[in-house]
Amino acid sequence: MRLHLLALLARGAAHGYELKQDLEQLLGAAYPQPNVGQIYVTLGRLEKTGLIEGEDVEQAGRPNKKVYHLTDAGREALRAWYEETADEPRVRDEFFMKLALAPRTGLADQIALINKQRRQYLNTMRQLSKLAAAEDRENRISHLLIEGAMLHLQADLDWLERCQEELEELE
Amino acid sequence: MSDSPAPVLRAEGLAKTHHGEGAPAHAVRGVDLRVARGEFVAITGPSGAGKSTLLHLLGGLQRPDAGSIWLDGERTDGYSEARWAVERRKRIGIVFQFFNLVSDLSVADNVELPALLAGVSPKKARAGREELLAELGLEGKERSMPGELSGGEQQRVALARALVNHPPLLLADEPAGSLDSKGTREVMRLLSRFHQRGQTILLVTHDARLASAADRVISFFDGRIADDAALDAGPAPRRRGASGVLELRD
Repeated sequence: MRLHLLALLARGAAHGYELKQDLEQLLGAAYPQPNVGQIYVTLGRLEKTGLIEGEDVEQAGRPNKKVYHLTDAGREALRAWYEETADEPRVRDEFFMKLALAPRTGLADQIALINKQRRQYLNTMRQLSKLAAAEDRENRISHLLIEGAMLHLQADLDWLERCQEELEELE
Repeated sequence: MSDSPAPVLRAEGLAKTHHGEGAPAHAVRGVDLRVARGEFVAITGPSGAGKSTLLHLLGGLQRPDAGSIWLDGERTDGYSEARWAVERRKRIGIVFQFFNLVSDLSVADNVELPALLAGVSPKKARAGREELLAELGLEGKERSMPGELSGGEQQRVALARALVNHPPLLLADEPAGSLDSKGTREVMRLLSRFHQRGQTILLVTHDARLASAADRVISFFDGRIADDAALDAGPAPRRRGASGVLELRD
């Protein structure tokens, strides 16, 4: 969240609620709604570490609002963020360990485990399809996010298929 | 599962072995299946699992070595090739991965042909064709030849052709298998739409995204049904959004 807020401030100053709206508009329904309280807490921390600076702006008949802008250190942190590549996603080790250890326990059948896991993935896939259908067609970023999630799931499902092929041969 | 009314499609003990070069391949090994009216069922599995063979058996394109198939409660064991051809015009619509349109007929003629062959008047065939092409966003393409259309458009023409006689059952064999991501989404949207209007659909696909449009998914391995699961009809129980799926990998 810290770097996302810095990125939103790169173009110009904004207050907390504007940042929340910016994020919502950009990411659409596919992304969990950012919690405004969490945004204010994060902004406070960023200010303490000198990456942003806040300025109180008076409002008629309402409490002051604080408008934040990026400091040089903040811009540097953002540059460094863009310099790095992100880690690749990991294979689900929780399910894999269940599968690997199942024969030792005598408590679960591997094929039954795979079938159960596949049902869960397919249900999630269905929910993502619905999410995609409901999302504004013009919001490309949101659609790309959903498509990314679907392709990850597709890979997991393909991998379950491989597990099933291999393990059925042993039976 | 209730016994009445008769399922649109029922199979018991279906088996098929391919005898080619090398060892015989047991493509379908004892499959029991019921598809109720209005259901949308997807069959998924790795390539070579026999799922296309199963679909071909169910559409009468190949004959089983053992087992029986019922259409609307009627046993098809004694059907001749000619009888199956009639059923494929009236009771079963089929779409294939490579569209299988008649390349030297226009889009309009491709869609009208099965209606005319089924004995519908030219006027009614034309009306049915116009309605379907409009529905599938293909207005203005009537006179095009299949080769002039994109893959996605050709598959929509194939869908119109399959549905022009209002068959109770639509069989789809990897309908997005030769389409890009956009074409896949389009096919998915159209299948969902026809299903919402009551069309019974049996879809064979290796694409889980496409399969997730169905409300029941059968996993097919090595010629057999490994799992048969109803998918949740309701909204997402966890309000995490798409990013939640990615977050699990943290």
